[in-house]
Amino acid sequence: MQTPSDALFRALADPTRRALFERLCRDGEQTVGALTAQAGVSQPAVSKHLAVLKESGLVRDRREGRQTHYSPEPGALAPLNDWARRMTSFWEARFDALENLLNRMDQ
Amino acid sequence: MTITPQRPATETRTVVVERDIAHAPEKLWRALTQPHLMEEWLMKNDFKPEVGHHFNLRGEWGGVLDCQVLTLEPPTRLAYSWNYKHEDPAFDLTSVVTFILTPTATGTHLRMEQSGFRPDQKQAFGGAHAGWKSFLDNLETLLAKGE
Repeated sequence: MQTPSDALFRALADPTRRALFERLCRDGEQTVGALTAQAGVSQPAVSKHLAVLKESGLVRDRREGRQTHYSPEPGALAPLNDWARRMTSFWEARFDALENLLNRMDQ
Repeated sequence: MTITPQRPATETRTVVVERDIAHAPEKLWRALTQPHLMEEWLMKNDFKPEVGHHFNLRGEWGGVLDCQVLTLEPPTRLAYSWNYKHEDPAFDLTSVVTFILTPTATGTHLRMEQSGFRPDQKQAFGGAHAGWKSFLDNLETLLAKGE
């Protein structure tokens, strides 16, 4: 069975894809053209890599006229980090208890 | 007042949990800083609202967290260290928990950030995934700068 982590690892296993993702995280939203200018590979290749990143949830795209803009979804990395996942569910549960307490407290 | 703990930046992981709460910041602040209220939603504790105060959080599972108040800015910002000593490095944890309260039209936006250093990272990201640790660290450094 394929886990979400497998898809992430596969998407990021390719150094070109990794570089594209790092660049989006560093510089924010960019067009395919801007990404191609620095990728060292052709625009169709960049588009293919971006499609893989998008499928794994690491980037999202937005069409504006004839241009497609890509931006990073760093939250997609969460499954790679068990510690983060454990702590997140711990705090979500604690916040439920906190809200419950606040509803019972006097002003 | 704030105490800045020393942590190696390259080993930092951050968890952020946010929630909109339908209560005023002052009331939320009391729940975050009064020991008998903290016990109801978090853990048994001997917390005192004093920067530098050392306290323990005692979990129902028997674990004891070592904590120290680092930041106390009522009713907007509270931070304390959140350390757990364990002989198994997979459970060992050195971290800082920060609560940020922002008033909203309907109550308070509560943001919790926990930044931690785990000695077991090599193990967790080792094996077939060697090299991931430095990649993720670089990435998190970049993301941290962007915030």
